[in-house]
Amino acid sequence: MKTVVPIKMVASVDEEFELLDGSAGIHPGSLDWALNEWDAFSLEAGLLIHESAAGAEHELIVVTVGDEDSEEGLLACLAKGADRAVRVWDEQLPASDPLVVARALAGVVERESPDLVLCGVQSSDAVNGATGVALAGYLDLPHVAVVKRVAWGAEQRTLTVDRELEGGLIETLRIALPALLTIQTGSNEPRYATLRAIKQAANKPLEVCTPGQLGIEAAELAAAAGSALRALRPPERRAAAEMLDGSAAEVATRILEIVHDRMSG
Amino acid sequence: MSPDGAHDGVLVVAEARRGELREVSLELITAALSCAAAGGGPVRVAALGNDAGQFAPTLAERGVDEVLTVAVPCQHFEAHVWGRALEALIEAERPRLVLTGFTVDSMGFASAVAARKRLGFASDVFSIAWDGRLRAQRGMYGDKLQAELEFPDKACSLLMVRPGAFAPASAGLELAPTRAVPLDLSDAARTQHIGFAGAATGDLDITDADFLVSIGRGVQDRDEIPRLEQLAERLGATLSASRPLVDAGWLPAARQVGQSGRTVKPRVYLALGISGAVQHLAGMRDAETIIAVNTDANAPIFGVAHYAAIADLFDVVAELEQTLG
Repeated sequence: MKTVVPIKMVASVDEEFELLDGSAGIHPGSLDWALNEWDAFSLEAGLLIHESAAGAEHELIVVTVGDEDSEEGLLACLAKGADRAVRVWDEQLPASDPLVVARALAGVVERESPDLVLCGVQSSDAVNGATGVALAGYLDLPHVAVVKRVAWGAEQRTLTVDRELEGGLIETLRIALPALLTIQTGSNEPRYATLRAIKQAANKPLEVCTPGQLGIEAAELAAAAGSALRALRPPERRAAAEMLDGSAAEVATRILEIVHDRMSG
Repeated sequence: MSPDGAHDGVLVVAEARRGELREVSLELITAALSCAAAGGGPVRVAALGNDAGQFAPTLAERGVDEVLTVAVPCQHFEAHVWGRALEALIEAERPRLVLTGFTVDSMGFASAVAARKRLGFASDVFSIAWDGRLRAQRGMYGDKLQAELEFPDKACSLLMVRPGAFAPASAGLELAPTRAVPLDLSDAARTQHIGFAGAATGDLDITDADFLVSIGRGVQDRDEIPRLEQLAERLGATLSASRPLVDAGWLPAARQVGQSGRTVKPRVYLALGISGAVQHLAGMRDAETIIAVNTDANAPIFGVAHYAAIADLFDVVAELEQTLG
């Protein structure tokens, strides 16, 4: 059983963020980085499916498209139980485009030829909800998006999965391996790494490669880009909200007044 | 297709589930018509299903130029069948712009089609402009920033549009013609439907509540939940929550407000420590009065709130408790 789990380091903007003058970007100092919340669940889903599979041979590979700083995310996954890691990077790579990232990931997945690919549904910073299924599209891999539950089907050649639809509706599906799933948050309880495992993670294999080394030409990667970013700006505030200022006591009093007014009207 | 074979016009992919057309289909038509009005060419709406024809009458009276129906060999949505059908429609109709919802079904095939057909692509789009050039806007960093995108060198672009971003297209207009598009999709399916199940709600229905006290990530500590339940009760409100608290198992799924939970329209929605992810706002933005308490002045919840307090929720909770005695 071989599983590939693509992961991503995500940025959140701090409260006093600064935009760069003259270009569509945000000041690097305004960004805090962390492993994408969804990817903790896709990694856990991979570890669980390996643990519940018959047979001793398992390999779980975490992959990211990112610069050296993103190795922090790979190391965290290695500490939780991934066996090895691959980081794809090239300074020219427009890593904010989901189709470009999917194309680069496709190079790794094609080379590794896994039974299963588990992605997060989306990343918290870009919320494209697109990279995993685009990856499946490039490789013509059967896939299910927004999965809340994964279980082994007959003879471990199929999986039974629950797809989470709008309004709390669940659809149960069967899919044969090899396959790609995008995993929703709340689908399991991501484990914590032990201190010992965190120390040992640094000794696990971490390969760094360029798209070129995966056989992807730079022109092809550039042409994959779905869009070009022209501007990044704060949203225009809707005039609507009335600010409740003052002390917490004053805010509480106003809230009770508004509630009383609206509920008795 | 335009006479010279270039890509032209807008193709809308309508969405249905279990025999019912989904509202987002009509919103996509509005977006498509605005592009058409600016010279974007004809608007075609594609309905896919084993009985796709049933949706044709309601789609045809919305001001579109043509309704396309595609018969599929499966009873319910199947991502690979839909993907194959859309690829074939793009080849045959040669649209300049394809619109789908940013919905769970479309998340199953739209980006795969964009990847395979080398299309321009953006998801969660809430604004589209057409002046010979296509531009789209979407959120970034939890909607704290808005990105403006262009699609240079793309003959065709696919945009996944945020539900609720456009008003549904009006009915009662002149009926557009309907054309059945025969496609061989017999071997396209790669998954097998087993069944649908509703999320267990127990006896609680938050959609019935007139007053919701809704709590989010700002709560931070599971041990505070009973206290907040008690506060809701004393206020005469029902307690609901945003996704992270339900994911963490602090509250049951029946309490979840948002796209994958319940859509609520109470008279008062008091949001405590909820930043307001798009999927959450989709489930509560139509509440009559929204009061939001959050420490982050840039939280997107303040964009839909009628009353906003930049404060720590527990400072306010303590004062509410004291006042209620």
